[in-house]
Parts: sequence; structure tokens; C-alpha cells
Amino acid sequence: MEHLTVDVAIIGGGTAACAAAVALREAGLTVALLEKRLCGAGASGVNFGGVRQQGRDVAELPLSRRSRALWDGLNAKLGEDVGFEATGHIKLARSESDMAVLEAYARDAAEHGLDLQLLGANALRAEMPWLGPAVVGASLSPTDGQANPRVVGPAFARLARRLGAELREHSPVRHAAHDGAGFTVEAEGVTVKSRSLVNAAGAYGGAVAGWFGEAAPVAPLSPNMVVTEPLAPLVTRSIGVVGGDVYLRQTRRGNVVLGGGRGTADVADGLARPVSATSLAAGAKTLALVPDLAHAQVIRSWSGLDGEMPDHIPVIGPSSTRPGLVHAFGFSGHGFQLGPAVGEILAELVTQGRSTSPLHPFRIERFAGWRGGPYRSEGEIEH
Amino acid sequence: MAEATVAIVGAGPAGLRAAQVLAEAGLRPLLIDEGHRAGGQIYRRPPPGAERPAADLYGFEAGRARALHDLAEALAPRIDYRPGTMVWGIAPREPAGFDLDCLGPAGHGRIAADRLVLATGAMDRTLPFPGWTLPGVFTLGAAQIALKAQGMAIGRRVALVGAGPLLPLVAHQYAKAGATVVAVLDVTPLGAKVRAAPRLAAVPATLAKGVWYTLACALRGMPVRSGVRALAVEGDHQVEALTFEDASGRRHRVACDAVGASFGLRSEAQAADLAGCRFVFEPLTRQWQPVRSGQGHSSHPQVYLAGDGSGIGGADVAELQGERAALALLADLGRPRDTSREARLDRRLARQAGFRAALEAAYPYPHHLVDRIGDDEIVCRCEGITAGALRRAATEREAREMNRLKALTRAGMGRCQGRVCGHAAAEILARRLGVPVEAVGRLRGQAPIKPIPLREPA
Amino acid sequence: MTGLFQRLATRPGAAIPFTIDGAPAEAKAGDLLIGAILLYRRSLRRFEFGPGERAGFCLMGACQDCWVGLADGRRVRACTTLVEPGMAVITGGAGG
Repeated sequence: MEHLTVDVAIIGGGTAACAAAVALREAGLTVALLEKRLCGAGASGVNFGGVRQQGRDVAELPLSRRSRALWDGLNAKLGEDVGFEATGHIKLARSESDMAVLEAYARDAAEHGLDLQLLGANALRAEMPWLGPAVVGASLSPTDGQANPRVVGPAFARLARRLGAELREHSPVRHAAHDGAGFTVEAEGVTVKSRSLVNAAGAYGGAVAGWFGEAAPVAPLSPNMVVTEPLAPLVTRSIGVVGGDVYLRQTRRGNVVLGGGRGTADVADGLARPVSATSLAAGAKTLALVPDLAHAQVIRSWSGLDGEMPDHIPVIGPSSTRPGLVHAFGFSGHGFQLGPAVGEILAELVTQGRSTSPLHPFRIERFAGWRGGPYRSEGEIEH
Repeated sequence: MAEATVAIVGAGPAGLRAAQVLAEAGLRPLLIDEGHRAGGQIYRRPPPGAERPAADLYGFEAGRARALHDLAEALAPRIDYRPGTMVWGIAPREPAGFDLDCLGPAGHGRIAADRLVLATGAMDRTLPFPGWTLPGVFTLGAAQIALKAQGMAIGRRVALVGAGPLLPLVAHQYAKAGATVVAVLDVTPLGAKVRAAPRLAAVPATLAKGVWYTLACALRGMPVRSGVRALAVEGDHQVEALTFEDASGRRHRVACDAVGASFGLRSEAQAADLAGCRFVFEPLTRQWQPVRSGQGHSSHPQVYLAGDGSGIGGADVAELQGERAALALLADLGRPRDTSREARLDRRLARQAGFRAALEAAYPYPHHLVDRIGDDEIVCRCEGITAGALRRAATEREAREMNRLKALTRAGMGRCQGRVCGHAAAEILARRLGVPVEAVGRLRGQAPIKPIPLREPA
Repeated sequence: MTGLFQRLATRPGAAIPFTIDGAPAEAKAGDLLIGAILLYRRSLRRFEFGPGERAGFCLMGACQDCWVGLADGRRVRACTTLVEPGMAVITGGAGG
């Protein structure tokens, strides 16, 4: 059994956790990160890959805007091409009432400094003639885009390691507690003692909070993803719809990644798998938006395990019961874009006890009166 | 009580024998066949219009081929045969059993089954060498299928390369059919074959066949060489020549326009993976395979395994395993057992297992050759990922196991899901890390097992 | 230019007309598309991620190297698809 004593222990190895390890090392603190499997292999590694501000809960927009600024510099920071491209994100309306939703959202977003362009049917077709007749209008966020989720988390992990963080993979955490003097985190093969503790445990974040007497109802969420063979360039922007039941993008190499609906997840073993009927349904919805994909072949499908909160926004902030403990979990299927900023915010919370970003909506105390126990996550995932 | 629904996936020797046993017991099994006519790859039948005499197609095995084809015809009224149907997804069904996602002549369909017999067969095992992605380089199995199913040769001057009994067989078949075979190159060091000879002799018929084919090749004047190294295909846009080093280190160049090259077989085990079967590393053949008991049980109580899809044993063994697995399934259903038949099969299978071990020792997967794969060589054919990219992922990007290697490099992420590159990529990764190949794990199977159209077929 | 494949076993039966990149070609009933094309051509398609062309590899529906496009937009695996009268194969200019 290995014993480590550090300033900060981090539970979880997703993008936000690894980015926090980087930021904490940059602040001169010693760090040990404990990941159940491989860093960046969970929700942050198998998601859609959307780098999107548009469509988020307005409470998330300040964080999302902050993160977007970081995405521009990620290749340089990480020393690796993470495939980020500002292709723009376009949210499609399939009815007049959808269009009204987009118009209302654009007004709210403008207040947060996010400029969205509303496009009527004619303007939309002029720019994207490959869109199907089901589409009546759209909202374009030109600064949004996409990236390769498989490489971002691992790249942050390697940078953290280069900066001197202790990363322990295949080290599931069994328990964590505070003895009055500091935290003790017991993981498989390693015990970590620390002054501060970061709970970035994704779908397991509620369980970690529970060890410290805090309620945080997290439901497993597993977005269903499908990818086609490489195709000639066609889909120029990352695409979503009002309602969130389908989304797609074309990668630099030509594959069209599409999602919608849910896979199944086994929280006990941490594995998620796609559901065939859901994959086929996502295909049909995609073809209604982009009929020219009719002859594309699907080559793979997958899912991943994320945690979803009842109000679909994450828990980010200090513990309400234990000083030194900070939370960041329950990203509800849309944490990928936020990851780089959340890493910085976690480091601020650890080193200064507060963040420059407004975190009030994400406080864990909002669930203090939660009596429902576990709940079932339902409905579409705005991915 | 309703009778259990059994779905057999694959209609080669193993699947057909399993179907026979289940049909004899009064079940009406589903027999799901990706091919259009039962027989599998080994006893593949030409499509209608391209038929030829069995003796021309199957040689020594004509009798067995005919017997299985006749069996398929005889079984037709007693089973639910689904030709031209690909199982692309398998998921557990509540409260028990499986849903099989199928793509067949009528489009997508879903089949519910209580129990599965997976007899999914094998494909050629490959290893990259310079020029192996040029048009005109095929697997040995491909060379054989072109001949069996189409009456065609893969080229006008064909070089054949391999490590295993398929090599002299294909060479012989090509020559007999009138093709020009310019070289028959065995990469197996002669020593391995000599060491294994005493055990191979335990099954004289097979040994005799191997010797006969090799002799026949030599008699026809084909240059047959053992212990060949440093293969490379030359040509800018197409195959122009094959170069190699003989056992004594001399360099040769043979002009040719097509190459058939394989290094043994690998199990097609994606269906077992999706069905939730546990896998184990099999050191003799250096591949991961679904755990299979002598009776054909997998680790999953409702899944049975038979044939090359769960461990390479060849066609004769596949027939025995198909029969044995179906008997085990019937026993699990509470049907009366014929223990003497079971015991007889178990004895025959045990004998075959000994022989197979000797054969694998005689023709080992030449994994040591991965050191000769240059950094510029493509390993993943689908995505065009080079050996250098894999090696850099190991040394610079902390890739320690296959699925991480796939995530970082895209190797195994293309249309074939790593069927072709997976073994070589694992050997390259393990070699670079200095760990045993089993330590880097295996690529997981994902639905769809093979490409399916985004649009539901009309 | 001659094709890669060579037909060894000739057989009776009607010729099946089809086209490769618009050029007329003939196959026999029972020919798989891969053989039908490679009797005329030396490859099936361009490789997406680099120079070079591909002509298939395993011929048993496993390696997925032989997907070709048809003029009607369909994409088919040439080694598991029987040639049909009037099929219009598009190789993307591969291997003349």
C-alpha cells in the first residue's frame, strides 16, 4: 500500500479534475489525483465533442464564456492538437414555436455577452443548402465548435504529470473522511492524506458528498453516440436542435458523429453501452435534418457514464459541511466544454476559498432539503 | 411451457452441426447466416450461376463439404434459416435472454432468443510489411475465396506467403486451377516445424495432407521456401514484385502482380463480446478468446461457443464443437442426455486439442517480426495509422493498453474495428512498452459489429 | 490496361452488363462485385487518408476495405455484393 501526503487530493480523473491538477500545480501546491480507470476515459472522453456555449442554462454562460477563451489556447498549453475547431454551433428550429424559443434564448444570451445570429429559412438555406425541409430556422453561435474528446482529458493528465502531480489510475476510491486535522482518502493500492479535497467524481460525486453528510442526488446518465464512416465534407457546423433529441457534427477526417437519446449504464461496474433502437432512431432524426447522409454507413456506437442533477446543472463550489472540500460533479451531459474553466475554478476555490466566476447557482446547498432520494434521469439531453 | 428459442449465429461447420443436433431434438433453432448459402468460409459455395464441381472447389475436403451442404438442405424444413443476415448488435433482454439486431434482406430486424450458440468463425491474421496496403495484396483466405467462390485468381503472377497449413493448400489449388504461382514463402522457421513434427504425426491424415500439398507444389515447379524473412512488396501504385530474405540471409526479388499473405487465423469474437462473454488470453496463439469449456459453455450461462470464433481449431474440430455445444445446451434445458455420445465427442475433441497445440507450435504467429515494421508503415489500414504513431503514443502519450491506444491514435477505430490491425498493434505496443502482449489487453467489440446503413434499408 | 483478377474457370451463362465509372463492362451471373470490377481494373477505390488506392483485402466481409459507391448513391461492400445488371460503379477514379 502506497501512502502519499499532499496539499490537495482529487477524486476523479476527468477533464475538469485533470485541469484542476494542472492549475493547482501551477499554483505551487502538491497534488494527488485518484482515478477509477483511466484519466479522461469516462464521460469527458466519450462524449459528443461539442464545444458549445449556445443553449446552456444561462447560469452556466459565465463559466462557458470563460472556458471558451481557454479553448483557443489549449493546443499550445497541452502541447498537443486536441482537434478544436470553431466551426460554429447551429441550433435548428423545426417549428415556429421552436423559433420562438431560439429568439428568447438569444435575448438572454446577449445579456451574458454571447452573440447569437438568428437565421430565417431563406438565410439558413443559403448558407447550408444541405439542410432538409424539416428545418424552418436556426440560431447560429459562430464562436462555438467542436473538439476530439478522446484526447483532451488524457492530454491534461499528461500535463499534470509533467508538472509534478501524482496521478494514480486504476485506483478506485473506497472512502474519504476528515479526522479534524486533514483528509484521508483510501483508494485501491494507495492512501492519500491532504489538507484539501476535490470531489470531481462524476456520476459518483453524490456518493462522495454523502461521506461528508451532504445530499446531492446524482442520477446516471449515458448519452447514446453513433459515428459514420469518413465522408466527403458536408456538415460544416456542429448541429443541435430545440428539444435536444438529436445532434451531429462532422469531424475533420470526415466522420459524422451523431447522438440523441440514451444508452444504458451500470453504475456498479461503471460501464455504459449504447442501445441499438436509440442509435437507429438518432439516424432517422439525423436524416430528417441532413438528407444527403442517406447512404452513409454507421461504423460504431458507444455510450459513457455521466452524472445528472435534477435541475440539469452541475454542483460546483465549496462543501457546506466540511471546510477544505470542494465539489465539481453532475455536469448532466454537457461538461466537456466547461472542463478547462472548471479546472481553474477548482484551483481558485482551493487556494483562495472563492472564485472569480459566479457559482451561486451551482452550490450544493440547493439540495440540502432533498428528500427524494435517488431519482431517475429522464428526457432529452442537451449535449 | 413454450420451448426455448435458440439462435445460432454462423452457418459454417460448427453452426450447421449445432443446428442439426437441436433440430433432431425437436427444437426449431434460428440459424443466422451472413452468407447467402450455408457452409461458412471453409466450405463456401459459389453464388448461383457460379457453381463448379465439389472436387474442384474443396479437394480432399470435397466429401465433408458435400456432407455439410447436404445437411443444410436437409435441415431447411426443420430450422428457421436466415441467409444474408448479419447480426450487428447483441444486448441482454429483460428478464433473460438476448435481443439480436439483424440486418437482412428485408432491412433491420430484431430477433429475441433465450439462448445463443455463437459459431462466428475466423479470418486471416495479418502482420504489416512494407507495401502491404498496395492494391493487389490480399490475405491467403482471400486468394482462396476468389478461386472457390468466383473461379478467379487474384492476379496473373501470384506470390503466396504464410505461416500455417493454408499456404501449401492455396498454392496447390491455384496451380491446379491453372494460375501462375511464382513463389510460395513460409515465414515459419524450419526448426519450429521440426520440433512439432512428432506431435503432428499423431494425426497422420492431416500431416499427410500437409506433406502432400507441399510436395505437389514442389513437383509443379513452384519455388517453395521456408524460414523466409524481411518481406516487402515493391510497387508505386500496384504490386510489382515481392522481395524477401531466405533462411540463409540471401535477398531475393520475384516479379508478381498479386500477393496472398496471412499468418494464421484469428477468431471473429465480436458477437461473444457484445453478448457479455468473458475473454481470456490464449498464450499459444497469442490472442484473446472468449472463455469456452470443453463442452462449449461460455462464461455466460445462456451463451454457447463452437468453432473457430472462440479458438482456432479448424473445420473438423468446429463440427465436433458445434455438435457438443448443442448437446450441452439440450442438457441445460433438461432434455434427456446421451452420455455415451457426449463422452465420445469429448474424447475426439481431446485428441484434436493435442494436435492443434502441436500445429500452433509448428506455425506460431511470427510476432517477432513486428520489430521489422518500420515507423512509416501503415498498421491500421482503415485509418492509415503508422507503426511510428503507435510507438510514439506508447512513449510520449502514455498509452499503456489497447483501448487507450485506440483513443489516442485512432488505430482500430475505422470500418473494421481493429479486426485487421488489432493483433499487430497490440504486439507493437507491448514490444515498445517491454511488457507481455496480454498486458496491453484487447480492443472491445462495439455495435454495429460491421457497418450498417444510417438509413433503414427500404 | 488489364485488370488485376484473372478468370480461370470459364462458365456458360448470360453476360451481365454493368458500368465502371461510366465505361461499359460485363460480368457473369454469380460474380461478386469485387471480382467483376477487378477483372477490368487494378483497384476499387481511393484511400481516404493518404495517397494510394485499395482493392479489397479479405474477400470475406471482415476487413471492410472494399466499400465502393454506386451512381445511385448507395455504398456497397464489393466482396459480399453480387453484381446486378445495370449497376453503375463509381471508383472515384481509382486504378485504371
